[in-house]
Amino acid sequence: MSEVLVLIDHVDGAVRKPTYELLAIAKRLGEPSAVFIGGADQASGAAEAVKKYGAEKVYTVDDTEIKGYLVAPKAEVLQQLAEKTSPAAILISSSFEGKEIAGRLAIKLKSGIITDAVDVQSSEGGPVTTQSVFAGNFTVQAKVTKGTPIITVKPNAAAPEEGDGAGAVEEFAATISDAAKSAKIVASQPRQASGRPELTEAAIVVAGGRGTGGNFEPIEGFADALGAAVGASRAAVDSGWTPHTFQIGQTGKTVSPQLYVANGISGAIQHRAGMQTSKTIVAVNKDDEAPIFELVDFGVVGDLHTVLPAATEQINKRKG
Amino acid sequence: MNIVVCVKHVPDATADRRFESDNTVDRVGVDGLLSELDEYAVEQALQIKEKSDNPEETKVTALCVGPEKAVDAVRKALQMGADEGILVSDEAIAGSDYVATSLVLAKAISKAGEERAVDLVICGMASTDAAGSVVPAMLAEQLNLPQVTFASVVETQGDQVRVKRDGDTATEVIGGTMPLVLSVTDQTGEARYPSFKGIMAAKKKPLETWSLSDLGVDAGDVGLSVAWTQVEDTTERPPRSAGEIVKDEDGSGATALTEFLASKKFI
Ligand SMILES: Cc1cc2nc3c(=O)[nH]c(=O)nc-3n(C[C@H](O)[C@H](O)[C@H](O)COP(=O)(O)OP(=O)(O)OC[C@H]3O[C@@H](n4cnc5c(N)ncnc54)[C@H](O)[C@@H]3O)c2cc1C
Ligand SMILES: Nc1ncnc2c1ncn2[C@@H]1O[C@H](COP(=O)(O)O)[C@@H](O)[C@H]1O
Repeated sequence: MSEVLVLIDHVDGAVRKPTYELLAIAKRLGEPSAVFIGGADQASGAAEAVKKYGAEKVYTVDDTEIKGYLVAPKAEVLQQLAEKTSPAAILISSSFEGKEIAGRLAIKLKSGIITDAVDVQSSEGGPVTTQSVFAGNFTVQAKVTKGTPIITVKPNAAAPEEGDGAGAVEEFAATISDAAKSAKIVASQPRQASGRPELTEAAIVVAGGRGTGGNFEPIEGFADALGAAVGASRAAVDSGWTPHTFQIGQTGKTVSPQLYVANGISGAIQHRAGMQTSKTIVAVNKDDEAPIFELVDFGVVGDLHTVLPAATEQINKRKG
Repeated sequence: MNIVVCVKHVPDATADRRFESDNTVDRVGVDGLLSELDEYAVEQALQIKEKSDNPEETKVTALCVGPEKAVDAVRKALQMGADEGILVSDEAIAGSDYVATSLVLAKAISKAGEERAVDLVICGMASTDAAGSVVPAMLAEQLNLPQVTFASVVETQGDQVRVKRDGDTATEVIGGTMPLVLSVTDQTGEARYPSFKGIMAAKKKPLETWSLSDLGVDAGDVGLSVAWTQVEDTTERPPRSAGEIVKDEDGSGATALTEFLASKKFI
């Protein structure tokens, strides 16, 4: 069986959940080989982690020489690994960085690329992907017809599958060109943890919009009662009420949780683009004609400043 | 300085976007416009020009690859203040994938830089139809240039570019030396509206249309039939069935909401 390369998405060696989802998909397509590009001292920890989710091989690439540069060196690493291993596919998470690595790699390998897959299945003619397009109004099935399929996959596209792989570690020394080292990260400030679930990974997302009037306390209280992540519309972000990383929609994050609760959000097409595929949708809005109500499974026409605190209290009581 | 801004003509997101029978995006039957996210790229190009040491010496060219009617996107950029426009249009390009699109854009950028080298290629963060966010990186690869992408704040000084970007795990400052490919987000600040003066001035600005042969690109290397990815099927999402909507009266809304969440086992 051919190898399937999975680029490990990690922060200082801590493997992020989407990587495990990619490994689950890789198993459908061939033999999962994880690729770790990072500090030599972090490699064994990361290898241990991916082994538990089925990685048969782990290629480790010491990034001392390329740390601090943008995506180009990583694309070169993957190119050289792909030339060595002739993989059946290359899977990368659909982050901004992941998509750019994939883009450069596609040109280098003269291979087709598919971005933002929400599902990948195997077929005789190679992997078949599902994408959600036009603000979630259409689903599209696609295939790569030339070269090594390079696929970037959205978070939550598959459930992580625990189960030991061989996890054979192999150090890989890549040759990085000087040209690849031209755009540099000058400064970096890690994001502070909110203590709430990661927006794109959460099972429940509670979001607030312009209707909060800048007071996110009812949103946060309700989110915490449900163990949810907090999100926002662009209007709330543009007003400076929440950081940009909380934005849901076309130019923010796409979420597809079990439950999405939109509060004081009108439901513009650009916002829908980021939440329309949620399983259950609930809205609280004081305008009974707000377009968000077209999407909901359940809606309350009312003021979020009274409805949410009261509901929060009831939920906390039920939980005891 | 010589700046090229890549502007895409896209189907209007508020219209009923759809696919053709061959599973390509319907770019003719649905109203189109300059991708809103590329307006931010035009705006940044104009600001870089205005802030540069000698704005008169700085040229901003709007470049679009698309069908004939995509010229509207180039026109809008000219009305906003770009100096020149280029539309690359050729029947053979229809249905191209990212790889072919980035190839055509790269060849057009090279041609635009024949007389005077291009210092800066500016793109939007994503097209509002394909939304891949990959063309800027692919362009950088095709042109063998560095990329500085997803900028929320852009600063240039001489040939130095510094940007701020909000990543998933960190906020970063990224730097590079021109020539390079830059992409900007909708956090860079509102794009200007064309003024009446701008609209009138645009009519006199140079606007060229290039075909594949002008670029020396083989028609056999682009288009739907040779695309390296193929869309096999498109399905419209079934409309969501109408949900239950209650009006809050004296606190009844909160109770109904809690009941609903409990019935779905979210509590
Ligand atoms: C290129 C582009 C990209 C964009 N990308 C995004 C994106 O990624 N994400 C995004 O969200 N938007 C995006 N937008 C913006 C989008 O078009 C809308 O402007 C935005 O989503 C509106 O946010 P909102 O619903 O919070 O505000 P509004 O549309 O102003 O709606 C506020 C709602 O709150 C309700 N309300 C007011 N007070 C209360 C109250 N006390 N209790 C309950 N309800 C109340 C009102 O009835 C109203 O429905 C983008 C726009 C463009 C042009
Ligand atoms: N056909 C095109 N013509 C001009 N620019 C384009 C075209 N396609 C993509 N671009 C540029 O590349 C950016 C990202 O596009 P995409 O990768 O499709 O999301 C856009 O914001 C544009 O700046």
